[in-house]
Amino acid sequence: MYAQMIKSTGQGVKSLDEMEPDERAFQERINAGGKIEPKDWMPEGYRKNLIRQIGQHAHSEIVGQLPEGNWITRAPTLERKAILLAKVQDEAGHGLYLYCAAETLGVTRDDLTRDLLSGKMKYSSIFNYPTLTWADMGAVGWLVDGAAIMNQVPLQRTSYGPYARAMVRICKEESFHQRQGFDIMMKMANGTEAQRKMAQDALNRFWGPALMMFGPSDADSVHSAQSMAWKIKMNSNDELRQKFVDQTAPQAEYLGLTIPDKTCKLNAETGHYDFAQPDWDEFFDVLRGNGPCNTERLEARNKAWDDGRWVREGLLAHAAKKRSAKLAAE
Amino acid sequence: MSSPETSPYKDSEASPHGETRATEWPLWEIFIRGQHGLSHRHVGSLHAPDAEMAIKNARDVYTRRNEGVSIWAVEASDIAASSPEEKGALYEPANDKVYRHPTFFDIPDEVGAM
Repeated sequence: MYAQMIKSTGQGVKSLDEMEPDERAFQERINAGGKIEPKDWMPEGYRKNLIRQIGQHAHSEIVGQLPEGNWITRAPTLERKAILLAKVQDEAGHGLYLYCAAETLGVTRDDLTRDLLSGKMKYSSIFNYPTLTWADMGAVGWLVDGAAIMNQVPLQRTSYGPYARAMVRICKEESFHQRQGFDIMMKMANGTEAQRKMAQDALNRFWGPALMMFGPSDADSVHSAQSMAWKIKMNSNDELRQKFVDQTAPQAEYLGLTIPDKTCKLNAETGHYDFAQPDWDEFFDVLRGNGPCNTERLEARNKAWDDGRWVREGLLAHAAKKRSAKLAAE
Repeated sequence: MSSPETSPYKDSEASPHGETRATEWPLWEIFIRGQHGLSHRHVGSLHAPDAEMAIKNARDVYTRRNEGVSIWAVEASDIAASSPEEKGALYEPANDKVYRHPTFFDIPDEVGAM
Protein backbone atom coordinates (compact mmCIF):
# COMPACT_ATOMS: atom_id res chain seq x y z
CA MET A 1 0.00 0.00 0.00
CA TYR A 2 1.07 3.63 0.12
CA ALA A 3 2.24 2.76 3.62
CA GLN A 4 3.99 -0.63 3.68
CA MET A 5 5.57 -2.67 6.46
CA ILE A 6 4.81 -0.10 9.14
CA LYS A 7 6.32 -1.14 12.46
CA SER A 8 4.18 -0.85 15.55
CA THR A 9 5.29 -1.43 19.14
CA GLY A 10 6.15 -5.04 18.28
CA GLN A 11 5.00 -6.12 21.73
CA GLY A 12 1.67 -7.61 20.81
CA VAL A 13 -1.75 -6.31 21.71
CA LYS A 14 -2.46 -5.83 25.41
CA SER A 15 -5.82 -6.90 26.81
CA LEU A 16 -7.92 -4.21 28.48
CA ASP A 17 -7.08 -5.74 31.88
CA GLU A 18 -3.34 -5.32 31.30
CA MET A 19 -3.67 -1.61 30.52
CA GLU A 20 -3.17 1.41 32.76
CA PRO A 21 -6.36 3.47 33.24
CA ASP A 22 -5.42 6.12 30.63
CA GLU A 23 -4.61 3.54 27.99
CA ARG A 24 -7.69 1.53 28.81
CA ALA A 25 -9.98 4.56 28.45
CA PHE A 26 -8.22 5.31 25.14
CA GLN A 27 -8.72 1.77 23.81
CA GLU A 28 -12.35 1.67 24.95
CA ARG A 29 -13.01 4.90 23.11
CA ILE A 30 -11.56 3.41 19.92
CA ASN A 31 -13.52 0.17 20.40
CA ALA A 32 -16.70 2.24 20.67
CA GLY A 33 -15.92 3.91 17.33
CA GLY A 34 -14.82 7.23 18.87
CA LYS A 35 -12.23 9.51 17.26
CA ILE A 36 -8.91 10.50 18.81
CA GLU A 37 -8.05 14.18 18.30
CA PRO A 38 -4.63 15.89 18.37
CA LYS A 39 -4.66 17.16 21.95
CA ASP A 40 -6.14 13.96 23.45
CA TRP A 41 -4.01 11.63 25.53
CA MET A 42 -2.62 8.80 23.42
CA PRO A 43 -0.07 6.03 23.98
CA GLU A 44 3.38 6.97 22.68
CA GLY A 45 3.33 3.87 20.46
CA TYR A 46 0.12 5.03 18.78
CA ARG A 47 1.61 8.46 18.09
CA LYS A 48 4.87 7.09 16.68
CA ASN A 49 3.14 4.42 14.63
CA LEU A 50 0.82 7.03 13.11
CA ILE A 51 3.67 9.42 12.29
CA ARG A 52 5.43 6.58 10.46
CA GLN A 53 2.29 5.55 8.61
CA ILE A 54 0.92 8.98 7.67
CA GLY A 55 4.42 10.23 6.86
CA GLN A 56 5.11 7.29 4.56
CA HIS A 57 1.73 7.77 2.92
CA ALA A 58 2.46 11.49 2.38
CA HIS A 59 5.91 10.75 0.94
CA SER A 60 4.31 8.25 -1.46
CA GLU A 61 1.94 10.91 -2.77
CA ILE A 62 4.82 13.34 -3.31
CA VAL A 63 7.26 10.85 -4.87
CA GLY A 64 4.32 9.39 -6.80
CA GLN A 65 4.21 12.59 -8.84
CA LEU A 66 7.53 11.71 -10.48
CA PRO A 67 6.61 8.66 -12.61
CA GLU A 68 3.58 10.48 -14.00
CA GLY A 69 5.27 13.86 -14.25
CA ASN A 70 7.59 12.03 -16.65
CA TRP A 71 4.83 12.03 -19.31
CA ILE A 72 3.29 15.50 -18.93
CA THR A 73 5.39 17.04 -21.68
CA ARG A 74 4.77 14.07 -23.97
CA ALA A 75 1.04 13.50 -23.49
CA PRO A 76 -0.53 12.62 -26.86
CA THR A 77 -3.11 15.44 -26.89
CA LEU A 78 -3.62 18.78 -25.20
CA GLU A 79 -6.63 17.36 -23.35
CA ARG A 80 -4.67 14.37 -22.04
CA LYS A 81 -1.93 16.74 -20.97
CA ALA A 82 -4.33 18.99 -19.04
CA ILE A 83 -5.90 15.94 -17.35
CA LEU A 84 -2.53 14.49 -16.38
CA LEU A 85 -1.39 17.85 -15.01
CA ALA A 86 -4.54 18.06 -12.88
CA LYS A 87 -4.00 14.51 -11.66
CA VAL A 88 -0.39 15.13 -10.68
CA GLN A 89 -1.40 18.37 -8.95
CA ASP A 90 -3.96 16.36 -6.95
CA GLU A 91 -1.17 14.03 -5.80
CA ALA A 92 0.72 17.05 -4.45
CA GLY A 93 -2.48 18.08 -2.67
CA HIS A 94 -2.88 14.60 -1.18
CA GLY A 95 0.67 14.76 0.12
CA LEU A 96 -0.06 18.11 1.74
CA TYR A 97 -3.31 16.94 3.40
CA LEU A 98 -1.37 14.04 4.90
CA TYR A 99 1.65 16.05 6.01
CA CYS A 100 -0.67 18.42 7.86
CA ALA A 101 -2.37 15.44 9.55
CA ALA A 102 1.06 14.12 10.61
CA GLU A 103 2.05 17.54 11.93
CA THR A 104 -0.83 17.46 14.42
CA LEU A 105 1.11 14.62 16.11
CA GLY A 106 4.02 16.91 16.97
CA VAL A 107 6.40 16.25 14.09
CA THR A 108 7.42 19.16 11.86
CA ARG A 109 7.19 19.26 8.07
CA ASP A 110 10.95 19.73 7.84
CA ASP A 111 11.54 16.67 10.04
CA LEU A 112 9.45 14.56 7.71
CA THR A 113 11.10 16.01 4.60
CA ARG A 114 14.53 15.43 6.07
CA ASP A 115 13.73 11.80 6.82
CA LEU A 116 12.46 11.26 3.27
CA LEU A 117 15.50 12.90 1.69
CA SER A 118 17.97 10.96 3.82
CA GLY A 119 16.22 7.68 3.00
CA LYS A 120 15.30 7.06 6.65
CA MET A 121 11.59 7.13 5.86
CA LYS A 122 10.24 5.09 2.97
CA TYR A 123 7.59 5.65 0.33
CA SER A 124 5.59 2.99 -1.51
CA SER A 125 7.67 0.46 -3.46
CA ILE A 126 5.49 1.01 -6.55
CA PHE A 127 7.05 4.38 -7.33
CA ASN A 128 10.46 2.84 -7.82
CA TYR A 129 9.34 1.40 -11.16
CA PRO A 130 9.81 3.37 -14.38
CA THR A 131 7.03 4.63 -16.65
CA LEU A 132 8.30 3.63 -20.08
CA THR A 133 5.37 4.35 -22.40
CA TRP A 134 2.19 6.43 -22.50
CA ALA A 135 0.20 3.27 -21.70
CA ASP A 136 1.91 3.29 -18.31
CA MET A 137 -0.13 6.41 -17.48
CA GLY A 138 -3.19 4.26 -18.02
CA ALA A 139 -1.83 1.34 -15.99
CA VAL A 140 -0.77 3.59 -13.11
CA GLY A 141 -4.19 5.25 -12.82
CA TRP A 142 -6.10 2.03 -13.26
CA LEU A 143 -3.95 -0.33 -11.15
CA VAL A 144 -1.91 1.82 -8.77
CA ASP A 145 -4.66 4.28 -7.90
CA GLY A 146 -7.12 1.38 -7.94
CA ALA A 147 -5.03 -0.48 -5.35
CA ALA A 148 -4.63 2.69 -3.28
CA ILE A 149 -8.40 3.20 -3.19
CA MET A 150 -8.85 -0.30 -1.72
CA ASN A 151 -6.87 0.78 1.32
CA GLN A 152 -7.96 4.41 1.53
CA VAL A 153 -11.72 3.92 1.51
CA PRO A 154 -11.73 1.95 4.81
CA LEU A 155 -9.16 4.39 6.28
CA GLN A 156 -11.82 7.10 6.16
CA ARG A 157 -13.06 5.38 9.33
CA THR A 158 -9.65 5.28 11.03
CA SER A 159 -9.50 6.26 14.72
CA TYR A 160 -7.30 9.35 14.33
CA GLY A 161 -9.53 12.31 13.41
CA PRO A 162 -7.12 14.37 11.27
CA TYR A 163 -6.03 11.24 9.33
CA ALA A 164 -9.64 10.18 8.73
CA ARG A 165 -10.57 13.67 7.49
CA ALA A 166 -7.56 13.76 5.13
CA MET A 167 -8.70 10.38 3.77
CA VAL A 168 -12.20 11.68 3.09
CA ARG A 169 -10.78 14.49 0.96
CA ILE A 170 -8.39 12.12 -0.81
CA CYS A 171 -11.04 9.50 -1.60
CA LYS A 172 -13.27 12.15 -3.17
CA GLU A 173 -10.51 12.90 -5.67
CA GLU A 174 -9.08 9.42 -6.12
CA SER A 175 -11.84 8.01 -8.28
CA PHE A 176 -11.10 10.67 -10.93
CA HIS A 177 -7.56 9.28 -10.95
CA GLN A 178 -8.58 5.68 -11.45
CA ARG A 179 -11.16 6.52 -14.12
CA GLN A 180 -8.75 8.67 -16.12
CA GLY A 181 -6.31 5.73 -16.07
CA PHE A 182 -8.95 3.26 -17.22
CA ASP A 183 -10.02 5.69 -19.93
CA ILE A 184 -6.45 5.73 -21.29
CA MET A 185 -6.38 1.91 -21.15
CA MET A 186 -9.69 1.68 -23.07
CA LYS A 187 -8.38 3.97 -25.77
CA MET A 188 -5.14 2.02 -26.09
CA ALA A 189 -6.72 -1.43 -25.89
CA ASN A 190 -9.19 -0.55 -28.64
CA GLY A 191 -6.64 1.28 -30.77
CA THR A 192 -4.14 0.02 -33.33
CA GLU A 193 -2.32 -3.27 -32.86
CA ALA A 194 0.76 -1.35 -31.68
CA GLN A 195 -1.33 0.54 -29.09
CA ARG A 196 -2.97 -2.68 -27.86
CA LYS A 197 0.47 -4.25 -27.44
CA MET A 198 1.64 -1.23 -25.51
CA ALA A 199 -1.37 -1.50 -23.16
CA GLN A 200 -0.72 -5.23 -22.63
CA ASP A 201 2.95 -4.55 -21.94
CA ALA A 202 2.03 -1.91 -19.33
CA LEU A 203 -0.32 -4.38 -17.61
CA ASN A 204 2.41 -7.05 -17.71
CA ARG A 205 4.90 -4.77 -16.00
CA PHE A 206 2.58 -3.22 -13.40
CA TRP A 207 0.52 -6.25 -12.33
CA GLY A 208 3.09 -7.74 -9.94
CA PRO A 209 4.22 -4.42 -8.43
CA ALA A 210 0.54 -3.43 -7.95
CA LEU A 211 -0.10 -6.64 -5.96
CA MET A 212 3.03 -5.90 -3.91
CA MET A 213 1.59 -2.54 -2.90
CA PHE A 214 -0.53 -4.29 -0.27
CA GLY A 215 2.59 -5.71 1.37
CA PRO A 216 3.33 -9.35 2.18
CA SER A 217 0.80 -11.42 4.10
CA ASP A 218 0.45 -9.96 7.58
CA ALA A 219 -1.78 -12.67 9.03
CA ASP A 220 0.84 -13.38 11.71
CA SER A 221 2.28 -9.87 12.13
CA VAL A 222 2.27 -8.41 15.66
CA HIS A 223 2.66 -4.95 14.13
CA SER A 224 -0.49 -5.33 12.07
CA ALA A 225 -2.42 -6.78 15.02
CA GLN A 226 -1.60 -3.71 17.11
CA SER A 227 -2.43 -1.33 14.24
CA MET A 228 -5.75 -3.07 13.75
CA ALA A 229 -6.58 -2.86 17.46
CA TRP A 230 -5.88 0.87 17.25
CA LYS A 231 -7.95 1.10 14.06
CA ILE A 232 -5.19 2.72 12.07
CA LYS A 233 -5.20 -0.32 9.82
CA MET A 234 -8.65 -1.55 8.91
CA ASN A 235 -8.08 -4.72 6.84
CA SER A 236 -5.38 -7.34 6.46
CA ASN A 237 -3.06 -7.12 3.46
CA ASP A 238 -4.37 -10.39 2.00
CA GLU A 239 -7.96 -9.29 2.35
CA LEU A 240 -7.33 -6.05 0.41
CA ARG A 241 -5.22 -7.80 -2.23
CA GLN A 242 -8.01 -10.32 -2.86
CA LYS A 243 -10.53 -7.52 -3.16
CA PHE A 244 -8.30 -5.74 -5.64
CA VAL A 245 -7.87 -8.84 -7.83
CA ASP A 246 -11.63 -9.56 -7.69
CA GLN A 247 -12.33 -6.05 -8.90
CA THR A 248 -9.56 -5.78 -11.47
CA ALA A 249 -9.65 -9.16 -13.24
CA PRO A 250 -13.08 -8.57 -14.87
CA GLN A 251 -11.96 -5.07 -15.90
CA ALA A 252 -8.92 -6.54 -17.66
CA GLU A 253 -11.26 -8.93 -19.43
CA TYR A 254 -13.44 -6.02 -20.53
CA LEU A 255 -10.36 -4.34 -21.98
CA GLY A 256 -9.47 -7.57 -23.83
CA LEU A 257 -6.13 -7.65 -22.02
CA THR A 258 -4.59 -10.68 -20.31
CA ILE A 259 -3.44 -10.62 -16.71
CA PRO A 260 0.13 -11.97 -16.72
CA ASP A 261 -0.76 -14.85 -14.41
CA LYS A 262 -2.06 -18.11 -15.88
CA THR A 263 -3.54 -19.14 -12.54
CA CYS A 264 -5.68 -15.99 -12.30
CA LYS A 265 -9.27 -17.16 -12.76
CA LEU A 266 -12.58 -17.14 -10.97
CA ASN A 267 -12.90 -19.94 -8.43
CA ALA A 268 -16.53 -21.05 -8.54
CA GLU A 269 -16.31 -22.51 -5.03
CA THR A 270 -14.99 -19.44 -3.24
CA GLY A 271 -16.53 -16.85 -5.53
CA HIS A 272 -13.13 -15.15 -5.62
CA TYR A 273 -10.34 -15.05 -8.16
CA ASP A 274 -7.36 -17.33 -7.58
CA PHE A 275 -4.04 -15.68 -8.31
CA ALA A 276 -0.31 -16.22 -7.86
CA GLN A 277 1.67 -14.27 -5.25
CA PRO A 278 3.99 -11.64 -6.72
CA ASP A 279 7.77 -12.01 -6.40
CA TRP A 280 8.37 -11.10 -2.75
CA ASP A 281 12.15 -11.28 -3.12
CA GLU A 282 11.86 -8.48 -5.65
CA PHE A 283 9.65 -6.53 -3.23
CA PHE A 284 12.18 -6.69 -0.39
CA ASP A 285 14.96 -5.83 -2.79
CA VAL A 286 13.09 -2.70 -3.92
CA LEU A 287 12.50 -1.72 -0.27
CA ARG A 288 16.23 -2.08 0.35
CA GLY A 289 16.81 0.55 -2.31
CA ASN A 290 17.58 -1.69 -5.27
CA GLY A 291 14.51 -1.07 -7.45
CA PRO A 292 15.00 0.29 -10.97
CA CYS A 293 14.35 3.92 -9.93
CA ASN A 294 15.10 4.28 -6.18
CA THR A 295 18.22 6.38 -6.75
CA GLU A 296 16.61 8.54 -9.43
CA ARG A 297 13.53 9.26 -7.27
CA LEU A 298 15.51 10.30 -4.20
CA GLU A 299 17.87 12.38 -6.32
CA ALA A 300 14.92 14.20 -7.87
CA ARG A 301 13.43 14.99 -4.44
CA ASN A 302 16.77 16.14 -3.07
CA LYS A 303 17.39 18.33 -6.11
CA ALA A 304 13.94 19.91 -5.75
CA TRP A 305 14.64 20.62 -2.07
CA ASP A 306 18.09 22.08 -2.75
CA ASP A 307 17.03 24.11 -5.79
CA GLY A 308 14.04 25.49 -3.90
CA ARG A 309 16.02 26.69 -0.93
CA TRP A 310 16.52 30.24 -2.22
CA VAL A 311 12.76 30.53 -2.80
CA ARG A 312 11.88 29.32 0.70
CA GLU A 313 14.40 31.62 2.33
CA GLY A 314 13.71 34.58 0.04
CA LEU A 315 9.98 34.53 0.73
CA LEU A 316 10.60 34.23 4.45
CA ALA A 317 12.95 37.24 4.35
CA HIS A 318 10.40 39.18 2.31
CA ALA A 319 7.66 38.37 4.83
CA ALA A 320 9.88 39.51 7.73
CA LYS A 321 10.69 42.76 5.93
CA LYS A 322 7.01 43.46 5.24
CA ARG A 323 6.15 42.72 8.86
CA SER A 324 8.73 45.14 10.24
CA ALA A 325 7.71 47.85 7.74
CA LYS A 326 4.12 47.44 8.90
CA LEU A 327 5.16 47.65 12.55
CA ALA A 328 7.19 50.81 11.85
CA ALA A 329 4.20 52.43 10.17
CA GLU A 330 1.91 51.78 13.15
CA MET B 1 22.81 14.20 -3.00
CA SER B 2 22.34 16.46 -0.02
CA SER B 3 19.64 16.77 2.60
CA PRO B 4 18.53 19.46 5.04
CA GLU B 5 20.72 17.74 7.61
CA THR B 6 23.81 18.81 5.72
CA SER B 7 22.49 22.27 4.93
CA PRO B 8 25.13 24.99 4.80
CA TYR B 9 22.57 27.39 6.25
CA LYS B 10 23.02 27.82 9.97
CA ASP B 11 19.35 27.69 10.85
CA SER B 12 18.41 24.59 8.88
CA GLU B 13 19.92 21.84 10.97
CA ALA B 14 17.56 19.38 12.57
CA SER B 15 15.80 20.49 15.72
CA PRO B 16 13.99 18.25 18.20
CA HIS B 17 10.60 17.02 17.01
CA GLY B 18 7.76 19.41 17.65
CA GLU B 19 9.63 22.68 17.18
CA THR B 20 9.48 24.81 14.09
CA ARG B 21 12.89 25.45 12.67
CA ALA B 22 13.80 29.02 11.79
CA THR B 23 13.70 28.22 8.07
CA GLU B 24 10.33 26.53 8.12
CA TRP B 25 7.44 28.67 6.93
CA PRO B 26 4.81 29.23 9.64
CA LEU B 27 1.79 26.93 9.81
CA TRP B 28 -1.59 28.41 8.85
CA GLU B 29 -4.99 26.92 9.57
CA ILE B 30 -7.34 27.25 6.61
CA PHE B 31 -11.09 27.88 6.75
CA ILE B 32 -13.30 27.79 3.65
CA ARG B 33 -16.88 28.96 3.13
CA GLY B 34 -18.75 26.76 0.66
CA GLN B 35 -21.20 27.85 -2.01
CA HIS B 36 -24.40 27.72 -0.06
CA GLY B 37 -24.16 30.38 2.62
CA LEU B 38 -22.75 28.18 5.38
CA SER B 39 -20.10 29.41 7.82
CA HIS B 40 -16.40 29.07 7.12
CA ARG B 41 -15.27 25.58 8.02
CA HIS B 42 -11.84 24.31 8.99
CA VAL B 43 -10.39 22.23 6.15
CA GLY B 44 -6.76 21.70 7.15
CA SER B 45 -3.49 23.54 7.38
CA LEU B 46 -0.54 24.52 5.23
CA HIS B 47 2.79 26.31 5.43
CA ALA B 48 3.28 29.77 3.94
CA PRO B 49 5.65 32.67 4.53
CA ASP B 50 2.86 35.22 5.01
CA ALA B 51 -0.93 35.69 4.92
CA GLU B 52 -1.05 36.58 1.24
CA MET B 53 0.81 33.42 0.23
CA ALA B 54 -1.25 31.36 2.70
CA ILE B 55 -4.41 32.37 0.82
CA LYS B 56 -2.82 31.69 -2.57
CA ASN B 57 -1.62 28.27 -1.41
CA ALA B 58 -4.99 27.51 0.18
CA ARG B 59 -6.60 28.17 -3.18
CA ASP B 60 -4.39 25.49 -4.77
CA VAL B 61 -4.51 22.98 -1.94
CA TYR B 62 -8.12 23.18 -0.80
CA THR B 63 -10.29 24.59 -3.61
CA ARG B 64 -9.25 22.77 -6.78
CA ARG B 65 -12.85 21.71 -7.37
CA ASN B 66 -14.89 24.81 -6.57
CA GLU B 67 -15.15 23.90 -2.90
CA GLY B 68 -15.44 27.48 -1.74
CA VAL B 69 -16.18 31.13 -2.29
CA SER B 70 -14.15 32.56 0.59
CA ILE B 71 -10.90 31.64 2.36
CA TRP B 72 -9.69 32.54 5.85
CA ALA B 73 -6.08 31.86 6.82
CA VAL B 74 -5.14 32.10 10.50
CA GLU B 75 -1.65 31.54 11.79
CA ALA B 76 -1.85 28.34 13.88
CA SER B 77 0.05 29.89 16.77
CA ASP B 78 -2.67 32.57 17.08
CA ILE B 79 -5.44 30.06 17.76
CA ALA B 80 -6.53 29.61 21.36
CA ALA B 81 -8.10 26.20 21.93
CA SER B 82 -9.79 24.46 24.85
CA SER B 83 -7.99 21.40 26.11
CA PRO B 84 -9.48 17.91 26.44
CA GLU B 85 -8.98 17.97 30.24
CA GLU B 86 -11.46 20.84 30.48
CA LYS B 87 -14.13 18.76 28.81
CA GLY B 88 -15.97 18.00 32.04
CA ALA B 89 -15.99 21.53 33.39
CA LEU B 90 -17.01 22.99 30.03
CA TYR B 91 -19.67 20.63 28.76
CA GLU B 92 -21.07 18.59 31.62
CA PRO B 93 -23.22 21.41 33.04
CA ALA B 94 -25.24 21.21 29.82
CA ASN B 95 -26.19 17.59 30.55
CA ASP B 96 -28.57 18.40 33.42
CA LYS B 97 -30.31 21.21 31.55
CA VAL B 98 -32.45 19.03 29.36
CA TYR B 99 -35.18 21.68 29.50
CA ARG B 100 -33.10 23.63 26.98
CA HIS B 101 -34.30 21.18 24.33
CA PRO B 102 -37.80 21.69 22.91
CA THR B 103 -38.59 17.98 23.27
CA PHE B 104 -38.57 18.44 27.09
CA PHE B 105 -42.05 19.97 26.88
CA ASP B 106 -45.12 17.91 26.02
CA ILE B 107 -47.50 20.01 23.97
CA PRO B 108 -50.96 18.45 23.44
CA ASP B 109 -51.70 17.39 19.87
CA GLU B 110 -54.76 19.63 19.64
CA VAL B 111 -52.53 22.71 19.97
CA GLY B 112 -51.01 21.88 16.58
CA ALA B 113 -47.51 22.55 15.30
CA MET B 114 -45.26 24.55 17.62
